[in-house]
Amino acid sequence: MTIIDQTDAVPAPRDGESTGPLLDVRDLHVEFHTREGVVRAVNGVNYSVNSGETLAVLGESGSGKSVTAQAIMGILDMPPARIPQGEIRFHGRDMLAMSEEERRKIRGARIAMIFQDALSSLNPVLSVGFQLGEMFRVHQGMSRKDAKAKAVELMDRVKIPAAAARVNDYPHQFSGGMRQRIMIAMALALEPDLIIADEPTTALDVTVQAQVMDLLAELQREYRMGLILITHDLGVVADVADKIAVMYAGRIVETAPVHELYKRPAHPYTRGLLDSIPRLDQKGQELYAIKGLPPNLLKVPKGCAFNPRCDRAQDVCRTDVPPLVQVTERDGTALPGRASACHFWKETIHG
Amino acid sequence: MGRYVVRRLLQVIPVAIGVTFIIFCLVFALPGDPIQALAGDKRADPNIAAILRDHYHLNQPLYLQYWHYISGVFTGDLGETYNGRAVSDLVSQRFPITLKLGLTAFALEAVIGIVAGIFAALKRGKFLDNVVLVSTLVLISIPVFVLGSVLQLEFGVNLKITPVAGIQQGWPQSYILPAIVLATTSMAYIARLTRASMTESVRADYVRTAVAKGLPQRRVIGLHALRNSLIPVVTFLGFDLGALMGGAIITERVFNMPGIGQQLAQSLYLRERPVVVGLVTLLVLIYLVANLLVDLLYAVLDPRIRYE
Repeated sequence: MTIIDQTDAVPAPRDGESTGPLLDVRDLHVEFHTREGVVRAVNGVNYSVNSGETLAVLGESGSGKSVTAQAIMGILDMPPARIPQGEIRFHGRDMLAMSEEERRKIRGARIAMIFQDALSSLNPVLSVGFQLGEMFRVHQGMSRKDAKAKAVELMDRVKIPAAAARVNDYPHQFSGGMRQRIMIAMALALEPDLIIADEPTTALDVTVQAQVMDLLAELQREYRMGLILITHDLGVVADVADKIAVMYAGRIVETAPVHELYKRPAHPYTRGLLDSIPRLDQKGQELYAIKGLPPNLLKVPKGCAFNPRCDRAQDVCRTDVPPLVQVTERDGTALPGRASACHFWKETIHG
Repeated sequence: MGRYVVRRLLQVIPVAIGVTFIIFCLVFALPGDPIQALAGDKRADPNIAAILRDHYHLNQPLYLQYWHYISGVFTGDLGETYNGRAVSDLVSQRFPITLKLGLTAFALEAVIGIVAGIFAALKRGKFLDNVVLVSTLVLISIPVFVLGSVLQLEFGVNLKITPVAGIQQGWPQSYILPAIVLATTSMAYIARLTRASMTESVRADYVRTAVAKGLPQRRVIGLHALRNSLIPVVTFLGFDLGALMGGAIITERVFNMPGIGQQLAQSLYLRERPVVVGLVTLLVLIYLVANLLVDLLYAVLDPRIRYE
């Protein structure tokens, strides 16, 4: 499982595409207008993904990681959702400024999404062959028959045994792992530039999780796709991600290349997440847990949203929102790709 | 699937026998003398009455009368009315009218109801949704004869677009008004039913997937969401098809259409036991077949339903 080592340091862009990141999210805000008030689910998120690169977005439920992904896909229900500001640049073009028809053509074909629960995310009354073939029929105008042949090919591609015999089966006739493979096949169908996987393995049992992640990583490498992996499972992240963005209450609180984050977290929240992973060598000791609950997004705490749960919280944390700043070594040399939104990042990373 | 159909069809036999017997008993228990009813206000001639009673087995006990009737049915003889017409004749004369009326109403309520329900669900809480909600409430509340009379007055008498009553002008002119009247209540129910189940399925995960696949909205709604919303609607439609085929006593009366409904009312009034039992048996069979079709349609709509 040393996938990261095999990826290029700087992924080369695909032919005929502009250089620069594949996807560039800039200062994205998403809010939901509800009866109780305005829920600010995403508050100025910035991140970028290159071809062949895997970005893991980490966070608890309600941290805004899925909403960000849905905003990128353009599948938010608007209303109640609203995007008051921000840009989502795909190949350098702002998708938020595109027409709905232009965005539809990108969805599925250039950017695809894998959802968490494959059973409810696949249509129960249509055969998997039909649902896979639909991608080719709608986006490429392929005939019903050719689309079915393509569907069989795809099912073979994601290693579903006896694909030709099972193409007319319905989602409920497959096991959980096989269903998730079908979701992956569907996302892969048109060889998109970017795949967003929203907790792709959460609903699966552990042995199947590893198989599905391996498959996803293998296919990503083969097609040189960008991958945004949304998860709250730190174990999954370590194996496949190149870089990590940790989200809390709609903001990114820390970004880092994957292994550096595990070695030296620069935000107390990240440290808390890492400390709450059960470890065999600490068997018998009490497992650490971040105290308290994620904030209610209707009334996010003043200052740093994490301050009520933070061990290091000082007065400044309760008044000033910490900006996401570059993290450096003790001597001031820059750590590329690292940033933290904590007033006390120096103390956190350097002890 | 084949075995299931056969088993369901076999179930029809005991149900049909049971139902005919119950109806037979009920009509038998009705007060009044059917032979006297033939003569109207005048006193019936005792000699003729005796001959008629003998001919129709009216002097025999109930179980023997039923036996005569049911053995006739199995040899294809539905019996005859007390003025000598074969019931099968009557049915073949009246049923086409009810069939045309019922199917027209069925098409109207299914198409308009489902379409209105879909649009209401898609525009939830908006103007169009409220229009559908309020208008369906109004339609459900209006009694059939009121709506029938108002439409007759407006379209038949004032605007002269359609005939006021009767079936002289044939299908569709003579049938369109009564079909609308007959369809309204069910149409309103179907619209609300479709709206409710559609509202639920447009929020389903698989619809979000369909959007994420880049499918056009027409396909997302018309195929992915609608297919899943149709099951409760189909149940209602199947049930309603049976009801419509049974004739509409009030609508047929208001528009003076000589269909099954009118015949049934008239026969009940005249205590014409063979006609009532014959018609009701026919209706029961239609109901059973309609229900069977609904159950089979389930399996087509939802592959998770399997019959073994």
